[in-house]
Amino acid sequence: MSLLEVRDLHVWFDLPEGRQLHAVQGVNLDLDAGERIGLVGESGCGKTTTILAMLGLLPPSATVAGDVRLDGTSVVADEEEATRPHRWKDISMVFQGAMNALNPVKTIEAQIVEPMTLHGTAEGSAAKKRAGELLEMVGITAGAGARYPHEFSGGMRQRAALAMALACGPKVLLADEPTTALDVMVQAQILELLTELTRDLGLALILVTHDLPVVAQVCERAAVMYAGEIVESASLDDLYHSPGHPYTRLLFAATPDLYGEEAVLSIPGAPPRLDRDIVGCPFRERCDRAFDRCRVERPVLREVGDLRAAACHLNDEPVGSRT
Amino acid sequence: MNTVVSEPRPLLEVRDLVTRFPVRRGILGTLARAPRRAVHAVEGVSLSIGAGEMLALVGESGCGKTTVAQSILRLVDPVSGTIDLDGRRLTGLSQRQLRPIRRTVQMIYQDPYESLDPRFRVRHAIEEPMLIHRFGGDRAERERRVAEALTRVELTPPQMFLDRYPHELSGGQRQRVAIAASLVLDPSLLVADEPVSMLDVSVRAGVLRILDDLRRTGDMSVLMITHDLSTAAHFADRIAVMYLGRIVEEGPARVVVRRPQHPYTKALLSVVPKRDPRDRSELQVLTGEPPNPVAPPSGCRFHPRCPVALDECRVTDPALRTVPGEPDHRAACVLVGAPQA
Repeated sequence: MSLLEVRDLHVWFDLPEGRQLHAVQGVNLDLDAGERIGLVGESGCGKTTTILAMLGLLPPSATVAGDVRLDGTSVVADEEEATRPHRWKDISMVFQGAMNALNPVKTIEAQIVEPMTLHGTAEGSAAKKRAGELLEMVGITAGAGARYPHEFSGGMRQRAALAMALACGPKVLLADEPTTALDVMVQAQILELLTELTRDLGLALILVTHDLPVVAQVCERAAVMYAGEIVESASLDDLYHSPGHPYTRLLFAATPDLYGEEAVLSIPGAPPRLDRDIVGCPFRERCDRAFDRCRVERPVLREVGDLRAAACHLNDEPVGSRT
Repeated sequence: MNTVVSEPRPLLEVRDLVTRFPVRRGILGTLARAPRRAVHAVEGVSLSIGAGEMLALVGESGCGKTTVAQSILRLVDPVSGTIDLDGRRLTGLSQRQLRPIRRTVQMIYQDPYESLDPRFRVRHAIEEPMLIHRFGGDRAERERRVAEALTRVELTPPQMFLDRYPHELSGGQRQRVAIAASLVLDPSLLVADEPVSMLDVSVRAGVLRILDDLRRTGDMSVLMITHDLSTAAHFADRIAVMYLGRIVEEGPARVVVRRPQHPYTKALLSVVPKRDPRDRSELQVLTGEPPNPVAPPSGCRFHPRCPVALDECRVTDPALRTVPGEPDHRAACVLVGAPQA
């Protein structure tokens, strides 16, 4: 049993005129303590929806099906009551824009103390002392807790948001594009901090980003999402050196590398609409290797090697004709 | 065969540009006669861009790269220094005198969701700059130019896009429309401020390739402002690295990336995430953040964060110097050309 198990997670959003958008289409994930995995893909592929569903933070227009288990206990069910005791205490999150995640009229310290009081993990002076320790842990002097978010730089705000996320000693941290708005040097600082914290605290991390090199720097494993489903899941090394899905290969080819000599290629077209049923492979219209079968049969994610899975018909073809 | 007697004149030549922004003292500060202070955004920047060349200006936020662009466009007035475009001095011209020149220097912004008017159809958004500059001939001619610009940014066939509104376009398509709206004015210089950082990875390359094609096929130069060194390394001819209002290193893109000389460039390059997970080269993560540009450090501006600073660096403010053996490559560090320890 893994620390965190996501089983057949589906999310639908209600649209006008009774239509529905199938944003997440059967996602499975396993995460062990201290493990860092990446969830990558283009905007609109369902990666943020997936992790918001894990925290029970989706709006009322969303319908969630499937199971999220932490240490074997189901933490997401129809009832808000099932999720609330675990949110932030066992699973917490850092958001993309730290300025939007922090309350501008409260001091940093007050915002770190708040979840501790709510969950009863610490109170009064003990909570304040703990807030100071958390700030030191993320590289901010404890005294700076008396300041307001606008007095912090972008990098310091993201550090403060991280301290907030760690306030109740969670087992799982979800990070949604935590460095996208930051400069490359500050990004390096935050990524280093995330790696150290997961290692020192035995924290499991899901890093959501569209930036494959960032994942390659932090995570051992990643799941590539496309059109609401995971299309490939493997170690970063396998994803880069022997991708099992054309989308993975093309995503890497679209990412410029500092020393890469080959041309950087965009992926033509756009992801399919998710408010209608998908027939065949959702990627086939943008794929450079699509063939007849891709038009009629939707490939399922299945094992294609040691600890790796992909959803592509090419993996059934004779060796040598792979992606 | 012609004999080249002199270097061709660069399209854009910026010399010793200084741009500062006054810091408000507030009413109490004024009454107390607190000293007037200023943000030293750009402190003596020189750069040149040849015809058809792409120069990438890279650096962290707050280093002054956008201020350099705004000064070139005269959206802000520099304190001193000169800016020559195609042999014509822009510094010192009045806003009225600048108007005809404005047409030839166009800018593309980071966020195509904000730079396009949501009420304008694509045809209107691209035609409007021509109406403002009274450029592009009669109505039929303008229409032809709009269609041609759409073709050049690969939104084809143009008829499919002319009547769409921005909300009916993807991010990449919007940025292409923004580029098309600059192209109709036949600019000689395109300033692109983080042109792809808001776009999805899958479409970035397409937009960058369009910029690349435009400067190769047209008589257009590109000044690209970016914090993404990988993009700069791939698409620019030359890279200039800025730190706290100064250019600290400048040279051919491939050379700067492969043989960086300034400790800041070296650190910056070391932390760029690499695609290949097997690449485990050591990261040189600098601590802290760039100092306050209201009161920059003495001597070399980078010395408080520099991993190899010498005592000398606290007092000596190094100028850009040519790297020995690399005539096009310059860096502002006392260690440049010094024997390796």
